[in-house]
Amino acid sequence: MRFEPTAPPHLRPATSVTRVMGEVLLALVPATLAWVWYFGPGILYNMTIAAAVALVAEAAALALRNRPVGPQLLDLSALVTAVLLAFCLPPLTPWWITATGAAFAILFAKQLYGGLGFNPFNPAMAGYVVLLISFPEQMTRWLPPLGEASGLAPASLDWWQTLRFTFTGRLPEALSWDAVSGATPLDDLRTQLSVTRTVAEVRAGALYGSLGARGWEWTANWIALGGLYLLWRKIIRWQVPVAVILGLCVPATFFWLIEPGSHPPPTFHLFSGATILCAFFIATDPVSAATSRSGRLVYGFGIGVLIFVIRSWGGYPDGVAFAVLLMNMAVPAIDHFTQPRTYGHPG
Amino acid sequence: MSRVRLWRFHGGLKLDSRTTRPAAEPIGTVPLPSRLVLPLVQHVGQPAEPVVAAGARVLKGQPIARPSGYIGAKVHASSSGTVVGIEDHPVPHPSGLSAPCIVIETDGRDEPWAGYEPLTAFGELGANALRARVRAAGVVGLGGAAFPTAVKLGAGSGMKLLILNGAECEPYICCDEVLLRERAGEVVTGAQILMQALEIARCCVAIEDDKPTARRALEAALAAAGETRIEVVSVPAIYPEGGERQLIKVLTGEEVPARGLPPDIGYLCQNVGTAAAVARAVVRGEPLLSRIVTVTGDGVARPRNLEVRLGTPVAALIKACGGYTERAAHLLMGGAMMGFPLADDSVPVVKGTNCIVVASRDEIRPRAPARPCIRCGECAEVCPAQLLPQQLYWHARSGELDRLDRQHLFDCIECGCCDVACPSHLPLTQYFRYAKTELWARDRDRERSDLARERFEARRDRIEAEQETRRRRLEEKTRAAELARGDENARKAMIEAALERVQARRDRPKGDGQGPDR
Repeated sequence: MRFEPTAPPHLRPATSVTRVMGEVLLALVPATLAWVWYFGPGILYNMTIAAAVALVAEAAALALRNRPVGPQLLDLSALVTAVLLAFCLPPLTPWWITATGAAFAILFAKQLYGGLGFNPFNPAMAGYVVLLISFPEQMTRWLPPLGEASGLAPASLDWWQTLRFTFTGRLPEALSWDAVSGATPLDDLRTQLSVTRTVAEVRAGALYGSLGARGWEWTANWIALGGLYLLWRKIIRWQVPVAVILGLCVPATFFWLIEPGSHPPPTFHLFSGATILCAFFIATDPVSAATSRSGRLVYGFGIGVLIFVIRSWGGYPDGVAFAVLLMNMAVPAIDHFTQPRTYGHPG
Repeated sequence: MSRVRLWRFHGGLKLDSRTTRPAAEPIGTVPLPSRLVLPLVQHVGQPAEPVVAAGARVLKGQPIARPSGYIGAKVHASSSGTVVGIEDHPVPHPSGLSAPCIVIETDGRDEPWAGYEPLTAFGELGANALRARVRAAGVVGLGGAAFPTAVKLGAGSGMKLLILNGAECEPYICCDEVLLRERAGEVVTGAQILMQALEIARCCVAIEDDKPTARRALEAALAAAGETRIEVVSVPAIYPEGGERQLIKVLTGEEVPARGLPPDIGYLCQNVGTAAAVARAVVRGEPLLSRIVTVTGDGVARPRNLEVRLGTPVAALIKACGGYTERAAHLLMGGAMMGFPLADDSVPVVKGTNCIVVASRDEIRPRAPARPCIRCGECAEVCPAQLLPQQLYWHARSGELDRLDRQHLFDCIECGCCDVACPSHLPLTQYFRYAKTELWARDRDRERSDLARERFEARRDRIEAEQETRRRRLEEKTRAAELARGDENARKAMIEAALERVQARRDRPKGDGQGPDR
């Protein structure tokens, strides 16, 4: 009797790239629902547009590169990029901005470097930064949170009005931008501090909650929930999230203690903006992150520190995207200097 | 002296042991096959040299090949019969190649050879006598590596701890578990002999915590023997804990140096099966003629452990287990992680054969197509050697051999954990095996070209030196001729001398044709 040869090991992985990406998408479901609750249905439209454009761009790029299209579309990585990009966009974003960001993320930041696994930069962040630099006005027109904090918004758009805005860029006739939009808490804090008010005065405002900003602090919790799910499923490891949070909170605590008037407390940093999304979903993108355990601590800590620096002294209210891209650049060096000690070798 | 703590080795995987069915059965036997095929290489080291010729009648237990170097092991006839040939025969080896074997046609009588003298009073014997017996009995490591045990015992005295390895962590294999359950007494005796031979005062037997019956059996045997120097330690069942280096880390917290061996840090590891074989060799004077083999998988009707004579073809084992089922698709020697495929079942069981797996297509599924590496680092999380498999993979793909060497490719134990953890389904272990052979080939080529260069340079220097001598001699002659030009006597003397030289050359016997000038 003859037998078929098979090379050891003979057990097969229980996991796959598709499963990893699928779990990430699943972990973002609660955050998506929270987003809809606090900021209206805009994110759903943005996600749909970003996903459609990302998939088409991915398929086209693969076809042009003479690579099999099917397997890579099915690995869901383009979808993850699209969804993460949608989380960074204001709920009211015209479709062409979303489409530009998604197309740039996939075509330039991912496929031009060789596709999945070869991109040095986080594609979603690269796409977002292009939009932030190109369309600063549209990208900073955030909506104030609805729900428990609905008193903040004089007017809000319903599902149909949001959809119409997404595709036509027009608000309902009776409404103006002043009525529907507002600055993000980070943006607001920044502007107010620059007119010599203290943090305590600013935070007494209606926009702010007990930890961070109203609405925002709750969406952050739902994102963290998804992040804990990923940790539990071992899709991500603890090093990057913990390091990002520490990297942000250590300098934030230090400056808040010595100058509480001009620096918000660390909890505010933690629960505002994209900190939690970054810690669990963006900085943990394995392709563009450092790989060894200690390397990931360095990488995450660097991101956290850079977020604090950009928020405190930089030109933008939130610095997540820039912090991530800057640390992406440092990854080859981090990987080089943080190789683990091999068994039986001196340290 | 109960152990306070265990350490952890880095990485590893919790794997389903897949041993429920064979472990539930007692150890069975295999009927005497009509032919036994005994390879001359069943161990690490130089091949053994046959001491019998074709046509010779041999008895069960008679030595038929002796070690040809220090690192080697004897081969004994595992039944009585006639040597019908010493020839190449397919052997169990990953390469699938044939190797020289002694083939015995059995006579069915199992007539015993006089054997070695039983050394029941081993407690009074010295290390050398015990080692000599272990060497005479052809005992090698039965855990799979098949390193000659007597050589290992030559590590000398003064070590801290003897470790008996009963941590069978690889899926499918359970021959050590049933051995401990059924023959714990032999293992205890073997441990006592090994301690005596090594002059070690302490021994611990590591058994995985999912094998409580084996542990109880061993503890009972220890109590029966009144042995207090030997401790049983339950270790967590994580693959590849049965690896010597990993087990030492778990038990002691120390690491074996990369280019060193356990005795360098005061430990010696032996498999529990080896200990039992040592006990038989010393106490009963029995050479290593058989071993326990797990025969399992969905492809055999009745998975079980068998006591198998060395040289028995795998087909006979399958028959003893009720034959193949229709689901049989793959045949492996070894376990699910490091076992290698056998092309057919005619190959013999050798000293290092711990397991035969006949797997169905459900048990060993085809590899999914490889996807690009997403640098998730799971491979590094599970690597027991603390390597960065993902980085090694990049370097192996791009053929950067120097970098592979610098990133300690040769510390890879090919356990396969990284393969099983990889979401991109990359055949990492295959890449590493390939890269290792490339590195070996390069080093060999380098050695060869170094040698060739040295030879070339030596030849060039020699030729240059000869030319120089010739030139100098010619110069001298010319000078002498110049001087002699006016002097008739001197000229004559020179011609005389030249003629004499020619004559002398002619007179010399022909065989010595190469003159001093050449």
